[in-house]
This record gives sequence, C-alpha cells and structure tokens, in this order.
Amino acid sequence: MTLGLINANPVVQAKKERLVRTQDQYRDDGVDPLDIYEYVRDIRDPEHPYTLEQLSVVSEESVTIDDELDRILITFTPTIQHCSMANIIGLCLRAKLKESLPLHYKVDIRVSPGSHADENGVNKQLNDKERVAAAMENPNLRQLVDECIYSDEI
Amino acid sequence: MDLMEKNLELVENQKLEGHTDRVWSVAWNPVSSNADGVSPILASCSGDNTVRIWEQSSLSRSWSCKTVLEETHTRTVRSCAWSPSGQLLATASFDGTTGIWKNYGSEFECISTLEGHENEVKSVSWNASGSLLATCSRDRSVWIWEVLEGNEYDCAAVLSEHSQDVKMVQWHPTMDVLFSCSYDNTIKVWWSEDDDGEYQCAQTLGESNNGHSSTVWSISFNAAGDKMVTCSDDRTLKIWGTDITKMQSGEEYAPWTHLCTLSGYHDRTIYSAHWSRDDIIVSGAGDDAIRLFVESKHDSVDGPSYNLLLKKNKAHDNDVNCVQWSPGEGERLLASASDDGMVKIWQLATKQ
Repeated sequence: MTLGLINANPVVQAKKERLVRTQDQYRDDGVDPLDIYEYVRDIRDPEHPYTLEQLSVVSEESVTIDDELDRILITFTPTIQHCSMANIIGLCLRAKLKESLPLHYKVDIRVSPGSHADENGVNKQLNDKERVAAAMENPNLRQLVDECIYSDEI
Repeated sequence: MDLMEKNLELVENQKLEGHTDRVWSVAWNPVSSNADGVSPILASCSGDNTVRIWEQSSLSRSWSCKTVLEETHTRTVRSCAWSPSGQLLATASFDGTTGIWKNYGSEFECISTLEGHENEVKSVSWNASGSLLATCSRDRSVWIWEVLEGNEYDCAAVLSEHSQDVKMVQWHPTMDVLFSCSYDNTIKVWWSEDDDGEYQCAQTLGESNNGHSSTVWSISFNAAGDKMVTCSDDRTLKIWGTDITKMQSGEEYAPWTHLCTLSGYHDRTIYSAHWSRDDIIVSGAGDDAIRLFVESKHDSVDGPSYNLLLKKNKAHDNDVNCVQWSPGEGERLLASASDDGMVKIWQLATKQ
C-alpha cells in the first residue's frame, strides 16, 4: 500500500498463553473486560503480520466497562507517535466490536493519553459515528479493515 | 398556559419499520399536515441508501409506507428536506450528490441530481420561498443553488470558510440568511448585503462567543426567527438570539449572541434539536433518549433560562439521530429517527 512501512521495526511480544475460562468466570449478564479483549486481541495490525496484542497496541488494561450504562471504553496505543495507521486501527476495533457485541452497547475508542501526536484529532474522528460510517462505506478501507479483523480466518 | 404545571407525557403512537439500516433523518411535509382531509406525510432517510415516504391514514389513523425512493443514491442518504410548497423533496447523500424528487401523487420521480461536492453531502435546506437550496459536505464547503425553471438548478455560490466537515445547513425561517454548523465546532452565518449579491460569512459563533467546544450537529429556529438552538458533541444545547427588527430591515447585518447554555442534561452527544411552533425544544441524543425543554417563566437578569419538561428514556433501542415536531396545528406530534432502524411517531399529551 505504501512504499515504506511507517514503522519498519515494531516491538513484538510473544502471544500470551490463553487462559481457559471456566463457566464461573463468566458473568451471567453483559460482558466483562476480558470478553471485550478476546474480541480485539487477535486483530491483525494493518501494516505488520502481527496481532494488536503482540504489538502491545491493546492489552487487558485497554478495556473499561460501565456496567450500569452498558458503555465500553477502549484505549489503544499506536506503535509510534506519528502513526498514520492509528485511524485504521481504531476503525478495526469499531468494526470488530460492532459485529461481536449486542447493539445497545455504546463504545468509545481513544488512543492512550500521550501516545499520539494528534491525540485529540484521532479521538475526535474515531468517535464521530457519521465519519466512521462514511469511512466504512469506502470499499478499499472496508477491505483493509476486513483483512485485519478476519485475518485468523484466512 | 404553563407547560411545566401540566402533567405531560410523550406517548409512542406508532413505530414505523421498514428501513434495513440506521435511520438518519426525518422530515415532515410542510403542506400535508395542515388542512382537514389532507394526510400528514413524513419522509425518512437511511443508511440503506433509500428514502421512505410514510403517510397517515385519515380513517384508521395509522401510518404506512407509501413509497420507497430507491435505486438512485448509491450510498447512505443522510438527510432530506421538503420544499416549502411540499411538492419537491431534496435528498443529501454520502454518494456526493443531492437528489431532487418530485411528488406525482402516488409516485416520486428523481427530476434532478445536483453534483459538485467532492465527497459526502451531509445536509440540504430550502429557503422560505423555495427559490434557493443550500447543501453542505465533508469537503468543508457550503453550496447555494438557485432554483430555476424547468427543473434546473444553478450553483450560485461555493462558500469555503469552515475548516472541517460541515454537518448541517439551515436557512433562516423568514430571511434569506443561511446558517451552517460544523465539525470545526463553529456555527457560521452567511449573509448577502444586496439581495442579488454575494453571500459572505458575516459571523462565526465559536468558543470565544460562548460557543460549543466540540462538533455542532444541528441548528433549529423558533417560529419568529429571533432565536435559535444548537446542539453538540459537547453535550450541551445553546440558545442564541438576535435583534429581529434590525435583521428584517435588511440594511445591516444583525449579529447573533449567546443567550443560554443547557448543560448537565445530556451525557452523550446530542445529534438533533428542534424548536416547536409553541416553543418546546426537543433533543435527540446518543443515550437513546428524547428530552423536552421549555423556557422558564421566572425572569432573570442574565437572560432566559430553560427547564427540562420531560425526559423519555429508551425512546429508541439506540442513538436518536433526528427529532422533528410536526408542523400541523392541533395535536403536538413528534417524529424521531434512530440507529435502531426505526422511525417513531410520538404525541405530547396530558397524562390520563
């Protein structure tokens, strides 16, 4: 897609061992942060053949849930400060959660504070649902997002 | 009549199903909702790329889908607006075009397609006489179109002063003054000194004028046109006012000033606000609720203040994108559009 990678040498961590969750650990109703994390940890980075978890873009600590209001906040850390892929990663998170979660959940997505040069700009765009909807109607962008979120099925 | 003292509730009359994606906007036909014997008509537009026309049966009082305007827009239809005569419907689409549809009774035909915007068209508005049309887009511009004979539309102005995506345009209810609001957090007022002249940005209402601190999603005027309400991602409603006599004299520009901010009532983005003929302000927000506000009767040195009249929780199963009072006399009807794919018709009534 681009001539040179934005970040040619990302730091990659090994995939964490997955805990097998027993029935007890699941809540009866709603979702908990680990459920959300399960949905997003394996999304592939748009630039590198690694998952968002491996690149430490997301972690278990990324997810906060307001149980009463069914609102979810996800923060993610782009690999570098001027990452132009930040918006794409944000869209991938949105797309994956939209198809995985019941419709009534409100999802807010932000870059972790201090992790991006245009933090406010990226956050504003990712949380403007009209902008997100229009972006996802762009076939090229949709294809890229699909490749990232369905990568484990390819 | 002090509304605050009456025991009012918002009753759901009917749920209009049919769209297969989120519904972005609704628009009441200005003409059909008035006289006896004429059925109220409502248009809704959606992420399913279509516009649906709904009509209320005078016999059964129930609403049904009269027709679907499809196979024209190739992407989301974001908003729609009826011409003052009720004969034409303009539709703004993410496909970059604005469709003009003519009402031939039982059928609608797309008689013109306005092109020019570089990307998604977000909003369309007719002026009071129906002689001008305005559109706005993510391309940051506001376009003014002249309505000519023979279904011709001529671009009269391209106004490029917003620094970001323009979310909505709205003509003043009585004067040919145009208002736009944007992702750049401002509201701009476009005024033409000579009637036949060029439109210029006469005023920008930003943070320094007590303006919004985030995206402004919509604008609505009171019937007299001396006040307007704006709503924002900053979770506030703001009331603005002007000297209407000065404005109507047309000699010089009459500036708008901030009158009041309603904060603390919404905890998610407010997508839509609409000012009724009898001065009830309705808001639709990202917390799935509809709220009604009225001006407080108590005089204040600081200017007008507003009270929450009622809050309808879970008005929809998802974000409320648009709320519009019906223009008709008599019963207070409200239409709402939501991300849940529904359009709902409500009635403001006294609790039994």
